Amino acid sequence: MTDPSPRAAQQTGPVVRVSGVDKTFRRGDRAVTKALEAIDLDIARGEFVSLIGPSGCGKSTLLRIVGDLTSPSTGTVTVNGKTAEQARRDRDYGMVFQAPVLFDWRTVEDNVKLPLEILGWDAARRASRAREMLDLVELGEFVKHHPFQLSGGMQQRVAIARALAFEPSILLMDEPFGALDEMTRERMNGEVLRIWERTGTTILFVTHSIPEAVFLSSRVVVMSARPGRITTIVDIDLPRPRTDETRESRRYFELVTAVREALRAGGAELDDRGTVGPGSDASIERTIAEGAVG
Amino acid sequence: MTTIGPAIAPTSRGSRPAVRGLRGTRSLAWYLPAAIVFVGGIVLWEVVVGALNLQAFVLPKPTAILAALQANWAEGRFALLPSATATLQEALTGLVIGTTVGLLVAFASVRWVTARGILLPLAVAANAVPIIAFAPLLNNWFGLVNPLSKALMAAILVFFPVMANVVRGLVDVEPAAVELMRSYAASDWTILRKLRVPNALPYFFTAMKVATTLSLIGAIVAEYFGGASTVLGRMIVQSASALKFDITWAAILLGAATGIVFYLVVAVVERFVIPWHATLRAEA
Ligand SMILES: Nc1ncnc2c1ncn2[C@@H]1O[C@H](COP(=O)(O)OP(=O)(O)O)[C@@H](O)[C@H]1O
Ligand SMILES: [Mg+2]
Repeated sequence: MTDPSPRAAQQTGPVVRVSGVDKTFRRGDRAVTKALEAIDLDIARGEFVSLIGPSGCGKSTLLRIVGDLTSPSTGTVTVNGKTAEQARRDRDYGMVFQAPVLFDWRTVEDNVKLPLEILGWDAARRASRAREMLDLVELGEFVKHHPFQLSGGMQQRVAIARALAFEPSILLMDEPFGALDEMTRERMNGEVLRIWERTGTTILFVTHSIPEAVFLSSRVVVMSARPGRITTIVDIDLPRPRTDETRESRRYFELVTAVREALRAGGAELDDRGTVGPGSDASIERTIAEGAVG
Repeated sequence: MTTIGPAIAPTSRGSRPAVRGLRGTRSLAWYLPAAIVFVGGIVLWEVVVGALNLQAFVLPKPTAILAALQANWAEGRFALLPSATATLQEALTGLVIGTTVGLLVAFASVRWVTARGILLPLAVAANAVPIIAFAPLLNNWFGLVNPLSKALMAAILVFFPVMANVVRGLVDVEPAAVELMRSYAASDWTILRKLRVPNALPYFFTAMKVATTLSLIGAIVAEYFGGASTVLGRMIVQSASALKFDITWAAILLGAATGIVFYLVVAVVERFVIPWHATLRAEA
């Protein structure tokens, strides 16, 4: 497929296999929203796959289904050859949400140690790993700070360090940089790539920014408005390592255009920064009010 | 459940410009204006009572109150210190009982849905009752001179704010935080220990600051309805009926001082147990 990361070829078979997944949200007996329809997606080891699509098209739902935070209505998810639930029990997932979700009562360092405590690592190993991860995200000086003493970008880096700390085989990231300003976001994109290249983790990344998706990914999965379907998968054949020059290359612009057109074909509204607009939020209300779909 | 506000409003976590320093300890200068107003008020009281030539039964001078406090400190018919100690004991006993039961009910109702369905509506309904009206009944059940009847009055008053606030603290966790814990396959017990309990601590301390005052109110008011004579409530009632209002005021002063010390102890313990919280509050 596309360029795999250094440690990519250790095992054969996809890390994540989503097949025939539908998701319908119900209220009582009534189907309220059909969020996903006929989703098939394979993700190979070491791939960086982005999900992009209009707001409300089911990106988060798909990510949460893969991470076993919710279950599909039909279809199956296989992760590392196991059910998603088993994979979660085996701690195969690292999650990063749009909000950093740090615990105020813990220092930065102790936040990173949280999953390691739950996994039962001993104190010395926890401490050295937390330091290592915080150095990786360049927060080595802030180990003793509390989350509320850091900027939004720094908080999100702590969340990433925490997700990476126990070396999960898959990183699930749901618009992790959605709340950050453009400059911080570009810097964070660079950092995520650097970390991904060094660790060889498989990443499933939700975004509503076309440039971000193209810059980061091996493949961009384009979804249509509700019910969310995969309309196109764009292979991103930009050379690695990707740098600021990547953002100025012709191929980059071509790919951005390709993704944008795929989104338009799927019925998304776009703004001039290449961000997928709010789309059809009003229709969400309508759907729920009428209980129409399903 | 809206008795006591949460200890902190959820702080917004938008992008922030820079790293914040540790703050939170207020300098003495910060308290200076309040201290000046307080002392000024006392002086004004002294002067106005003297100038208007008010009778002691209307309003004694602060100096007269202090004199009464000194004269009746340890001995005599109105021995104030032993009274305050006895009342403090009742209040403390009530505080411990009320807090313990409040915590038990809070944890039970968070742990078991059935318990929540039964206990919370009952507790909320009970809170709507003017509980202090039960004081004569408690005196009847547990004995007029038994300190337990006063302690239980205090306990009942303490129970509700502790229970309600701790339930709120245990339940009001970020849904995303629970999902994060689930993604680590954390057990309910681990989620309780590492997420819900730490989250509830600021709520608990907020409740305790109210509860200390309530425990004193409960004990003193229960004493009004009768009981052993060497307690603050009886001192207040008896000195007032003997028209020795300087002693009444001295007893009230002692009760107020006890309440303030009580509060400060909670505040200091809070500082030690959740030092990060003072900093967070200073940021907000
Ligand atoms: N827990 C839920 N209950 C009911 N409807 C939901 C729930 N979660 C998501 N939805 C609906 O499913 C659709 C997809 O949501 P989501 O996956 O969050 O979209 P996206 O992340 O692409 O913006 C939306 O219409 C949303 O309203
Ligand atoms: Mg989403």
